[in-house]
Amino acid sequence: MQQEIIELIVETARELGEDELSLTEELNADTRLFGKEGALDSMGLVTLIIAVEQAIEDRFESPVALADEKALSQTRSPYRSVATLAEYAASQIQGS
Amino acid sequence: MSEPVTVITGTRKGIGRHLAEYYCDRGHIVFGCSRGEPGWERDNYNHFVADVSDEGQVKSIFSTIRREHGRLDNLLNNAGIASMNHSLLTPVNTVRKIMDTNVIGSFLFCREAAKLMKKNKYGRIVNFSTVAVPLKLEGEAAYVASKSAVEGLTNVLSREFAGFGITVNTIGPVPIDTDLIRAVPKDKIESLVERQSIKRLGQMDDVVNVIDFFLRAESEFVTGQSLYLGGV
Ligand SMILES: NC(=O)c1ccc[n+]([C@@H]2O[C@H](COP(=O)([O-])OP(=O)(O)OC[C@H]3O[C@@H](n4cnc5c(N)ncnc54)[C@H](OP(=O)(O)O)[C@@H]3O)[C@@H](O)[C@H]2O)c1
Repeated sequence: MQQEIIELIVETARELGEDELSLTEELNADTRLFGKEGALDSMGLVTLIIAVEQAIEDRFESPVALADEKALSQTRSPYRSVATLAEYAASQIQGS
Repeated sequence: MSEPVTVITGTRKGIGRHLAEYYCDRGHIVFGCSRGEPGWERDNYNHFVADVSDEGQVKSIFSTIRREHGRLDNLLNNAGIASMNHSLLTPVNTVRKIMDTNVIGSFLFCREAAKLMKKNKYGRIVNFSTVAVPLKLEGEAAYVASKSAVEGLTNVLSREFAGFGITVNTIGPVPIDTDLIRAVPKDKIESLVERQSIKRLGQMDDVVNVIDFFLRAESEFVTGQSLYLGGV
């Protein structure tokens, strides 16, 4: 499932495009999403997470919440990279 | 533009019901909710039996709206409960219920609504407070605390959502004749009305007028405000 979600995240980011995310490169599993070497600013991160939440909901046909308390922690945030976000999303889907 | 899509919470009775009927009659597609069945109908009205403080139920309301309409224009966070009691005699469970409905409920609806509104870079959110906040009404400590929190939420969200074209404002009604105030002793209501500049009970139309103003597209430059009725 995680691989499928990684692809979904990459695709979602592509659809949002440069305008909404001010992204210049394609994402991949290892892309750091925010922080020092992150691909996104804080608004871009919010936009991406919400779009991914909705994309997952459409794909798996069940509401999922990707809100998280550790959101902005450099070391523990589930949004650190595309891979950790996918892992977190998978755990939320299975837990719901 | 097609018909506005409007979410109103607490539509079974009282102010929420009036607002739902009013906006349906003006061509809005209205999605309402309350814990009970409404017992009234309108074309364009869709009801969800849901508790505003239940995250799962709230999320599924917004999933449905997203699936059916793909957008949302307006949110009226009307659902609310009160309790008139001296703080020394108020059970903690009452405080929790008030916080859950008034604060958590408003928070969840603002959060989920903004996700949907953000897509069109347009949205209008109106939260519900009360004149009991500025009047520091004795006997309503928990209620006033919860509505103060709602005003705080409005203030911060107005800033967080400004970049998405979403305004967030609060209306603070004076006492209006609904079930909410029926349990409050008459003399208490009278002394409250005496503290207003204009000394009468509020009417549904007074509320509608303010909400119409907040919802207008032209009100795009009005956000983060708490507007009290009756000159409080
Ligand atoms: N009336 C006044 O004098 C006055 C003054 C100032 C401010 N206000 C504010 O105006 C708003 C509406 O008040 P009102 O006078 O219309 O009250 P009301 O007549 O008691 O109606 C409250 C509505 O909210 C719903 N509700 C309550 N708890 C809910 C929950 N947990 N989840 C979903 N729905 C819930 C109720 O339906 P169910 O029971 O079926 O859930 C009902 O439809 C409130 O926020 C109140 O604080 C009222």
